[in-house]
Amino acid sequence: MPKVIENVGCPYCGCSCDDVRVTVSDDGLKVLEVENVCAIGHEIFKHGSSDHRIRLPRLRQPDGSMKEISYEEAIEWTAQHLHKAKKPLMYGFGSTNCEGQAAAGRVMETAGGMLDNCATICHGPSFLAIFDNGYPSCTLGEVKNRADVIVYWGSNPAHAHPRHMSRYSIFPRGFFTEKGHKKRTIIVIDPRFTDTANVADIHLQVKQGHDYELFNAFRMVVNGHAADLPDEVAGIKKEQILEVSGIMTKARFGTVFFGMGLTHTDGRNHNIDIAISLTRDLNKITKWTIMAMRGHYNIAGPGVVWSWTFGFPYCLDLTKQNYAHMNPGETSSVDMAMRDEVDMFINIGSDAGAHFPIPAVKHLKKHPWVTIDPSINMASEISDLHIPVCICGVDVGGIVYRMDNVPIQFRKVIEPQGLLDDETLLNRIADRLEELKAQEA
Amino acid sequence: MSEMLIKNGYVFDPISGIKGDKTDIAIKDGKIVEKVSSKAKIIDAAGKTVMAGGCEIHAHVAGPKVNAGRTMRPEDKLFRGSYRGGIVKQGKRMEMGFSIPSTWKTGYAYARMGYAFTNEAAMPPLLAPHVHEEFRDTPIIDQAAMPVFGNNWFCLEYLKNKEIENNAAYVAWLLKSTFGFGIKVVNPGGTEAWGWGENCVDIHDPVPYFDITPAEIIKGLIETNEYLGLPHSVHLHGNNLGNPGNYEHTIETLKLASEYKPKNKFGREQVLHNTHLQFFSYKGDSWGTFASAAKEVMDYVNKTDTLTVDLGCVTLDETTTMTADGPFEHHLNQLNHLKWSNVDVELETGSGVVPYVYDKDIAVCGIQWAIGLELALYAKDLMRVHITTDHPNAGPFTRYPRIIKWLMSKKAREATLDTMKRKEKIIKSTDLAGMDRELGLYDIAMMTRAGPAKALGLSNIYGSLKAGADANVAIYNLDATKLPTDPELIENAFSNTLYTIKEGVIVVQNGEIVAEPQKHTIWTKVSVPENAQVMRDIKEKFTKSYTVNLENYAVFDEHVHNPRAIEVEFSA
Amino acid sequence: MTDLITLNMITQRAVEEGIAMEIGKTSPEYFDACSIIEMNEQDMKKLGIFKNTNVRVTSECGQVVVKAVVGRQTCYPGLCHIRQGVWANQIVPPRTQSTGAPQYSGFPVTVEPAPDERLKSALALVQGAVGMWKGE
Repeated sequence: MPKVIENVGCPYCGCSCDDVRVTVSDDGLKVLEVENVCAIGHEIFKHGSSDHRIRLPRLRQPDGSMKEISYEEAIEWTAQHLHKAKKPLMYGFGSTNCEGQAAAGRVMETAGGMLDNCATICHGPSFLAIFDNGYPSCTLGEVKNRADVIVYWGSNPAHAHPRHMSRYSIFPRGFFTEKGHKKRTIIVIDPRFTDTANVADIHLQVKQGHDYELFNAFRMVVNGHAADLPDEVAGIKKEQILEVSGIMTKARFGTVFFGMGLTHTDGRNHNIDIAISLTRDLNKITKWTIMAMRGHYNIAGPGVVWSWTFGFPYCLDLTKQNYAHMNPGETSSVDMAMRDEVDMFINIGSDAGAHFPIPAVKHLKKHPWVTIDPSINMASEISDLHIPVCICGVDVGGIVYRMDNVPIQFRKVIEPQGLLDDETLLNRIADRLEELKAQEA
Repeated sequence: MSEMLIKNGYVFDPISGIKGDKTDIAIKDGKIVEKVSSKAKIIDAAGKTVMAGGCEIHAHVAGPKVNAGRTMRPEDKLFRGSYRGGIVKQGKRMEMGFSIPSTWKTGYAYARMGYAFTNEAAMPPLLAPHVHEEFRDTPIIDQAAMPVFGNNWFCLEYLKNKEIENNAAYVAWLLKSTFGFGIKVVNPGGTEAWGWGENCVDIHDPVPYFDITPAEIIKGLIETNEYLGLPHSVHLHGNNLGNPGNYEHTIETLKLASEYKPKNKFGREQVLHNTHLQFFSYKGDSWGTFASAAKEVMDYVNKTDTLTVDLGCVTLDETTTMTADGPFEHHLNQLNHLKWSNVDVELETGSGVVPYVYDKDIAVCGIQWAIGLELALYAKDLMRVHITTDHPNAGPFTRYPRIIKWLMSKKAREATLDTMKRKEKIIKSTDLAGMDRELGLYDIAMMTRAGPAKALGLSNIYGSLKAGADANVAIYNLDATKLPTDPELIENAFSNTLYTIKEGVIVVQNGEIVAEPQKHTIWTKVSVPENAQVMRDIKEKFTKSYTVNLENYAVFDEHVHNPRAIEVEFSA
Repeated sequence: MTDLITLNMITQRAVEEGIAMEIGKTSPEYFDACSIIEMNEQDMKKLGIFKNTNVRVTSECGQVVVKAVVGRQTCYPGLCHIRQGVWANQIVPPRTQSTGAPQYSGFPVTVEPAPDERLKSALALVQGAVGMWKGE
């Protein structure tokens, strides 16, 4: 008899939905049906129990082909190379549970290496802004229950966080927001007329790369200098700036959600910094919060876990082993790759082969490359070693942090059938590293 | 298992009533026992001071707002590594952070000071798994966490309707779901108001929409606490924190507890614990007329034996403020213009984080420093007055040895006062300069182990050298019969023990970590009868208002590290 | 009409790319989803190309052949978009303004018609870049 498992967490985007319903086969090995997910989540669960799952580590042979090896051999290979490397880099963690991320901290502290996560190419600039300017935020339920104005700036949830608008921001009927979207004003600020802009009340088609000026214009108005506004800022007419500022200052509770439109463009952290300053300005008048639209279901995880372990959320230099150092630009993955500073690369729970700019990939590929990931992806197809692991939410549970840093407890829905999870694998690598170091001493 | 005998030390154990006598402490199988065999490992504590392991009643060391502070303050980690003057790695993991230490440093630093237990001051229930993850990564010390209730929608509604039984069923359910320890109340009603950018500035200010006053919330939660018979009392961070002239409101708040009697089987004698009292003991009507009201406040505390308090001493450091008093943190940011983080948590609470520099050359900071110490020096019963810094709000917990030094040495207080640019103003606005009282080691033992343990209802386990207690012992390099004339040596002695023993295992020796045995998570398990109404209300709120499903809310067993339940047999 | 235009390129997420990514980066779905450039219709006219024909996109650090389409999420004249992924990252400049984050969005590219050029597969591009590509 197939089993229905409720309250399952979805391991895709930063929505970290936990209301998924999965039907699994009687033997607990296959996912038969998935409900309450978006299209992307659906693929993950389907893929999770497909017959094409890689179940054993694969080692690159001299002729370029891959040969299956045991987990023991893979652990040995990785530990030996980590031990030899002077500045190994472990990067990724978009798709690992927190227990795995904590174990990774142990591995790289023991190895004396660099430890970084996807934020380095994603919301890293947001961290930089938070370091300077703080982060006045809230949990998503506060938005659901109280918000009457929502701003999506440089963010396209219709595509990147498909259930965000229905679960948290625009459509849900919360305690103080029983009329749902009817009583909410949605403002989208984006150079493209995105599918999210399509459901907005107001779309500001800002000139790409000029968001900073527009934030500045809003701050001027909120701080009482509307009279000094030019007729047009960043492609937006003064009248519209005044209209939107008015909506924001008259809001009962507003939230600015922002994404790669701000973090990937000119100015990077300065775009976020001024967004936070605007939020703080608005808090003198009414109630506003700001939230980074974290891309993956647990990409907030390494930031949270490594902050309590090392004091820093990313770009960690653990090479001194007695203390940690963080200096994005110096200790960030892509920058180190471009300067050829890394002599071993472990790509975990992510795909640097597809998502780093190709020049960085070329530099990293000059050295041993290990991919720890359940899937075949670009990184695995250029790796020297590919180690498959469980998928959090599918064949392993664990704690994940939603985009608002709320911890969600995931469950497994099918049996791992011999696959190791990240935590076990990484702890065994750390154990072996400790042995190698003790032998040397 | 192993036997240990700590011989010849000067023991200060208020729970047993030992006031510095040379006494042997016998340990077997992790517990204090009456005596051991000749095979016991001997530790010679001759000429040294022996106390039970320290018992921290209030510190923010694990959880979302603590971590928000860590993330937003990379500068807190600078200049602390080994060749930057900090700690060279002693234990399994590196130690980072000054005012907001990493979890690893937290455990090691408390152990080096001789502590065995910490009560995490505030846990937002929705984010409980985060607290437990940090507990897992905090070595050596046992920990408990108090969920916050003073702005919780369930409590606001039940208490408005005066439904104590329902409120009690909810509290019991929440303690179980979060593996929490007791009832923490922070800025009651005000943090819910902050969900709209507002606040409740005094106990009669009604909460928007819920239309209940902070006074009603506090009283209702005290009634709930005693109805259930929990080990600890309501633990209160009241309204109006940090404002000049707030002391009268503080006394009015404390008076709310006067009609209640403690009801519990844990030896607890208070019905209300008011935390970081220093922030609530201010005279004046502006920062210019800011002055100490420590005497007035302690006059009331001294004559009310159903109250316990902890100090919240300012340590004159650059530190980080963090509290579930969201509106206060915003207010602080507007005062000092340093970066501000805020986390409002749906249906439950909120929080804010803002760095703060307690500059000894600023009059207000000097006065705050004096107030914290005056509260202790005015105290009659030091079992009811505990040393804290509301870590990290008024300073890091690693400064407890410095506070002990100030309390034990007038000379040390004068030396610090002498460095203050606004010394005259501070002397005029406080009583400290004229106070000669110097506390002794027995007083310190009351304030840092016996008193907090008793107030927490845990004195049969912690803070005690009586047979049956956990074998948590601290041996300090102080000759109790001949205390050093140089007060710095007192601070040094309390900073790094000669030995810290945790459940019979030596974890610190000569100020260095030597072992990291498993720690426990302490929580309160109250069995109350099934309450259908409350379960219905819970289901409704989860369906309608929360964004996490009910079945994923309670912390899964596998995420709680070594749980140790304090069982409460509830009887109506 | 001109042989070549300069546009401002952004690379962002799309749900089609997300779904395809979970199917697998070597899948035909991923190829279809990510090997396209979304351009403004007027810019296509200026360049003299028909919709759904191939173009060569060149940036300061690389070049890639992709299929030109008018996206549902329209770009204004001068702006273009390649979905984040293998094709986009052939041309994304790795410069990070010292923040760690490359210039994924907001960098100049030239676009020229390449109707006879074939699109390369994901593996050909990535393995090819590091000297591991062995052919179809």
